[in-house]
Amino acid sequence: MSPDASNNGSQIVAYCCEHCAYAAADLAGGLRLRYPPAIKIVQLPCTGKLDELMVLQALESGVDAIMVAG
Amino acid sequence: MLEEKPRQSKSNRDGADPIGAVLVVGGGIAGMQASLDLADQGFRVYLVEKESAIGGKMAQLDKTFPTNDCAMCTISPKLVETGRHPNIEILTNSEVLDLNGEVGDFSVRVRRQPRYVDVDKCVACNDCADVCPVVIPDAFNEGLSLRRAIAKRYPQAFPNAYAIEKRGIAACRDACPAGQRAQGYIALIREGRWQDAMRVIKMDNPFPGICGRICNHRCETACNRGLVDEPINIRALKRFVTDKVYAEPRPQVETAEQRFDERVAIIGAGPCGLTAAQDLVREGYGVSVFEAMPVAGGMLRLGVPEYRLPTYIIEREVQDIIDLGVDLKLNTRVDDLDDLFVQGYDAVLIAVGAHEGVRLPIPGADLEGVLVNTHFLRDVRLGKYQNGGPKIQELGQRVLVLGGGNVAIDCARSAVRLGREVHLACLESREEMPAHEWEVQAAEAEGVHVHPKRAFEEILGDGSGHVSGMLCSLVSSFSFDEQGGLHLEKAPQSEHTISCDTVIFSIGQRAGLAFIPDDAGVGVTGKQTIAVNPNTLAATRPGVFAAGDSVSGTAFVIEAVDSGHTAARSIIRYLRGEHLEPAPKPDLPVVKLTQEEIDARMARGEIHLQPRVPLPELPVHERIHSFSEVEGGYDDESAQHEAARCLACGVCSECMSCVFACGVKAIDHDMVARDENLQVGAVVLAPGYQAYHAELSEEYGFGRYPNVVTSLQFERLLSASGPTRGHVERPSDGEKPARVAFLQCIGSRDQNHDYCSAVCCMYATKEALIAKEHDPDLDVQVFMMDMRAFSKGYQAYFQRARERYGIGYTRCRISALWEEPNSHDLLVQYQDESGQRRLERFDLVVLSVGMEISEGVKRLGKRLGVELDEYGFCHTVQFNPLETSRAGIYAVGPFREPKDIPESVAEGSAAAAAAAARLQAARFTLTREVTYPAERDVSGEEPRVGVFVCHCGSNIGGYLDVPQVTEYAQSLPNVVHAESNLYTCSQDSIRHISEQIEALGLNRVVVSSCTPLTHQPLFQDSLRAAGLNPYLFEMANIRNQCSWVHSDDWQAATRKAKDLVRMAVARAARLAPQHTVDVPVQNTALVVGGGAAGMSAALSLAEQGFPVHLVEKENELGGNLRFIRTSLPRTGLGLDAGARAPAKVLRQLREDVLSSTKIQLHLESEIVASRGFMGNFTSTLRRADGSREEIPHGATILATGGEEYRGPEYSFGEDPQVVTQQQFEALLEDIPGEIRSVAMILCVGPAEKYCSRICCSVALKNALALKERQPDAQVTILYKDIRTYGFKERLYEQARRRGVVFMRYDDDHLPQLTRHEPLALEAWDPSLKRKLALEPDFLVLSMPVVPTAQSRQLAGHFKAAVDDQGFFLEAHVKLRPVDFASDGIFMAGSAHYPKLLDETLVQAQSAAARAARVLSRQNLQAGGRVAVVDPQRCTACLTCVRICPFSVPKISSSVTGAGGVMGAAVIEAAVCQGCGLCAGECPARAIQLMHYTDEQMYAKVGALITPDTIPVRVSLGD
Repeated sequence: MSPDASNNGSQIVAYCCEHCAYAAADLAGGLRLRYPPAIKIVQLPCTGKLDELMVLQALESGVDAIMVAG
Repeated sequence: MLEEKPRQSKSNRDGADPIGAVLVVGGGIAGMQASLDLADQGFRVYLVEKESAIGGKMAQLDKTFPTNDCAMCTISPKLVETGRHPNIEILTNSEVLDLNGEVGDFSVRVRRQPRYVDVDKCVACNDCADVCPVVIPDAFNEGLSLRRAIAKRYPQAFPNAYAIEKRGIAACRDACPAGQRAQGYIALIREGRWQDAMRVIKMDNPFPGICGRICNHRCETACNRGLVDEPINIRALKRFVTDKVYAEPRPQVETAEQRFDERVAIIGAGPCGLTAAQDLVREGYGVSVFEAMPVAGGMLRLGVPEYRLPTYIIEREVQDIIDLGVDLKLNTRVDDLDDLFVQGYDAVLIAVGAHEGVRLPIPGADLEGVLVNTHFLRDVRLGKYQNGGPKIQELGQRVLVLGGGNVAIDCARSAVRLGREVHLACLESREEMPAHEWEVQAAEAEGVHVHPKRAFEEILGDGSGHVSGMLCSLVSSFSFDEQGGLHLEKAPQSEHTISCDTVIFSIGQRAGLAFIPDDAGVGVTGKQTIAVNPNTLAATRPGVFAAGDSVSGTAFVIEAVDSGHTAARSIIRYLRGEHLEPAPKPDLPVVKLTQEEIDARMARGEIHLQPRVPLPELPVHERIHSFSEVEGGYDDESAQHEAARCLACGVCSECMSCVFACGVKAIDHDMVARDENLQVGAVVLAPGYQAYHAELSEEYGFGRYPNVVTSLQFERLLSASGPTRGHVERPSDGEKPARVAFLQCIGSRDQNHDYCSAVCCMYATKEALIAKEHDPDLDVQVFMMDMRAFSKGYQAYFQRARERYGIGYTRCRISALWEEPNSHDLLVQYQDESGQRRLERFDLVVLSVGMEISEGVKRLGKRLGVELDEYGFCHTVQFNPLETSRAGIYAVGPFREPKDIPESVAEGSAAAAAAAARLQAARFTLTREVTYPAERDVSGEEPRVGVFVCHCGSNIGGYLDVPQVTEYAQSLPNVVHAESNLYTCSQDSIRHISEQIEALGLNRVVVSSCTPLTHQPLFQDSLRAAGLNPYLFEMANIRNQCSWVHSDDWQAATRKAKDLVRMAVARAARLAPQHTVDVPVQNTALVVGGGAAGMSAALSLAEQGFPVHLVEKENELGGNLRFIRTSLPRTGLGLDAGARAPAKVLRQLREDVLSSTKIQLHLESEIVASRGFMGNFTSTLRRADGSREEIPHGATILATGGEEYRGPEYSFGEDPQVVTQQQFEALLEDIPGEIRSVAMILCVGPAEKYCSRICCSVALKNALALKERQPDAQVTILYKDIRTYGFKERLYEQARRRGVVFMRYDDDHLPQLTRHEPLALEAWDPSLKRKLALEPDFLVLSMPVVPTAQSRQLAGHFKAAVDDQGFFLEAHVKLRPVDFASDGIFMAGSAHYPKLLDETLVQAQSAAARAARVLSRQNLQAGGRVAVVDPQRCTACLTCVRICPFSVPKISSSVTGAGGVMGAAVIEAAVCQGCGLCAGECPARAIQLMHYTDEQMYAKVGALITPDTIPVRVSLGD
């Protein structure tokens, strides 16, 4: 079982570019905006670094959805 | 260990050498750029910024044109880079006072205003702002939202620390003898924080309930709100709070700990004595209070009538002091002062008050029925007259009170309540009575008969020794002499009798000082008060102090409190053996608002008329029959309503809420301004602009009409971090607007501004376009005179806005607008292009405000002695465009002329080059380097992870279970230690992490706190300090991306924090150390192009001490500069000043280049190949004779220029009367006969597609030159827009004044050449709506500048990019305007984009500065987060070569690839940017990005679902 039972157990990985989307997520925190706790942000130097395997391996390990922002 | 040490000692510098430091004024984008370029080149930089954070105007912007990049995303890395640079010292809240000396050796005095927050301690947790009660308009949001008095300027601000805004001492506080922070507790009442308000009051006053009732409230007289309507009812608010708090059960008062042996005796338990007792006991001294009466409270308890001050309030407040541990001795009269010392007291405070009533020495003063005020009031208070009390018979039915002061009124009103007929006679007139007017009125309302202007002659007796009346005269005038003697003039024959049976003297009180023996050594004044030093309240005998009424004579309770505090402080100093005189305190100004400021704030809608909320009062018929309190109190709602009227004049009220809230003790309200002296060799001024104050153009209603906003406000409305989180809303009602109008040129191109602000057309277009992206249904109309889209990509951007986004542009200057009062909609009247008058309604109007120089900057200019023009813009030399009138001081950015970000950035770099050239001998003399201990080799060690979980005050700990997360972290594999910290980033925690690494042998560290974007470098430092490689570090962002966004769900936030920590630990266990290696730098430059740009870049580099190869394909230097005959006058007035100047510049540049020993000139030569990377290029030169030479160089500047387009348009090339502007300029030098008329057509040929920037100005320059020589010549200019940006606008104005005819055309109505010899031209005049025929002698075509064919080829050799037109493409259009994306290659001049001569010279210097940044280093650091190729897997497929935006990967034929085939990719670590694109794309997975390897990333993501159960066992470092 997933160690996180919240959000009906769903887990979403958000790959974010450190220059924009990651910084934007920080700002969203500063502004106390809300989004589901299922989202776990993973910082990348650039979303161009992301490859298919990183997406597929995450899905294979049981992650429910992937979001890419950058 | 972490000390910063100079790389070379300062002693290397002998007297003649310049100082290797530069002062940069202004922390906006231009100032930051200058600072970075200087610091990187080995100079120490002092960056002075007047705000509390750097970032300037750009930080306020939402997006930037023409790329629509997020402004904050692009500027924040610069903020971090500037902020963390070891050689940049940022001085915030600072201003330059003066400057002495000369270039190379300036002495600068800088005033550092207090921030009241220690930047080194502040962890920016926001706890202080959460409790600050003071709200003010948020300047960063242009007043569209409110912020607290303590704040960070904006979320991403650097320094990442809060600052307190203090304007001074609020008038109320200043007026209060005890310094009550009224503004503070009023603000807290507004917020409904009763207990906090009470705390603020009690900090300065132990008697809030008492003062809330009987204080004479001088604060209200001083209150600035009185200038608006009525002062705040401060006293009633104070009473309100005490009533609220006292209605609650009384909390136990904790006894203060006695920490010292010394004991103090206080004589008198009145407000003064008790205040001192409180202070001394709290400080840790033993205190005994001796009170002669059976009750404590002094005059409050025994002098003030119950109807004004209920006994329970006094008892409560007295008890709160006694319970601190004061030894109160009631009924204990001190008869002998000396005896107290005998008893062992170390100091004595005399605070006996003034309880002795005074009788006038007139006949009858001893009759029965004559009383004195103090005894009467005391007896009333002790109940001796009421309800059959012992003295009830002594009081007659007709009572006459003698005296007109407040005590007399108290006597009279008390007598009324005892059912007597009461008269009051006094010396003064009714108006001059010393009692407060409201007291007299209340007395009269209660039936007291006042007899003013009476002299008291004799008290008449009834024969049995009892009073029967008072013989009086009328007073015509009176005065007191210096000794207090009365001089009276009575009206003749005015004697009369007021009949009465009781007389109460109330003409003054004095202290009873009989207990002081004559030989006690304590002096007494003639007024029967104790002689003291007014500063220390020390009496003439050491150890004896006196305070309160016994020193001052009768005063008010708040003065007694103040006196008590002062005495206590003196006594403490005395007991400690310190100097008695108090140390001087920081002198804050008192805030007195002027009527003008009030009016301005009202005009801006910040203040509205709102009278005082009235207080309930007991009706007269009820109050005269009892001693019940007359005045009622506010209820919650009316109190908060009244409190909300406060103007918060002081801004910070020093309520100290922040001090209580701050967990790292970073706040210090006692900080003072201090002046600092800096020694610098040069100065760069980048103070920036201020937006035009739109309220000055009253016709547009800004400030009056809520839905009229400025463009900067609109920028904030669009911003996701702005007041509406990026939703455009109308300020009047928060509704989404459907129609928005932009009004251009507000504060530009008008009667008061003869210049164009250069950016407004584009930013309005950008704001319109972004608003449309937010809401595609929005209707946006822009009203403008010309569209000034004059730079790279601007024209296309404008066309996109109009055509793709449907933004309407109307050529019309709006002269006024009106508001529809109910809807707050705005009505705009204008004439459309068909000439039709139209009236349109808009929901929101945006005023595109122009740039001005602020008064503060003008004063700065004067103080520094640099010449400014009438608008305050800085004069600079046209052909040395950044140098001010004072050598060694450079001006950049809009301070010189209105301009956009990229020009400002380029100028910042260029100023760095100019300063560096002056100071190059002192490079690296004052720079500092951080040193760390040698790195520990952790290879072969099992991972030992330490996890540090941060509470961040309550920011994390308040929303999720930090102890549980910490415990969980401890259970994770590889974790050997987990702990939580209140603030992990505080200085002591940082040190603690280093200590733990060493003590526990940690070799990986995970910090679970905030964001790595701001805090990672800080934590990495703690690893380096402990000898650990900084790459062995990982962060879990459990604040910004967890506690803050899930603050409503404790369980879910805690679970997510655990997930994030687990993921971080999984990656951390697999992290490997990364090392950088030094790659030596070749410090020679290559400059390609021998025109103005190339020559000046080469010269700038040579002056900075670097060898330069200058390559020119022609056989002479000069480029396009050879064809420029006249310069563009800066002001547009007086052409002669600049005539032939370009030739002088050319000559000078040529001579300097030829005579420079550092420049090796290669004429008739071309670069045909180049290889290598930043710091280590090798380029191949081919000479005219075909010979080749390989040139090694570290940096490259491409300055190959542009050329005037020469196409077939308008029969150019066929008809000799049709010429280009360049040809016409030459022709003007030697005019062939008379020219009757000239027609000029602008925007010819490719200029239809892009704006060539310079043509309008050049055409106007030439038109004016012709008019100068032949004033009667007719000049007609056919144009689409006149784009004379900045001061070039003056040329346009001048041309119109000189009679140049301007005729607009558009793409649908191009001018037609209808005949040759003589020329005939037909053009459509849109205003006349008819065709006009022209017969000019010459048709002059403004042909655009186009890139040379060579540019594209050359760019190819250097793997540098060009745009659609073939111009060089900069790395970032705003922030890296002269850099190519490929490192180490820079551009200058028209090969980048058409530009005027002064712009070219600036850009050349800018490119030189950027190149010098590389050349000045001995080594480049290579490695760290870089891509590494495994050649065994590489098939040389070119994917990486093609995808890298920085052209870094190369295929090397000498490396063996997969399968043993020769040829594999090589990635040079020194220039790899670490983005990882190649690693992501490599089909063979032959490339790994270090620190983001597949293994590390899979582990991190995999741990989200499947916990890492098996400890990693890795051998590191192999």
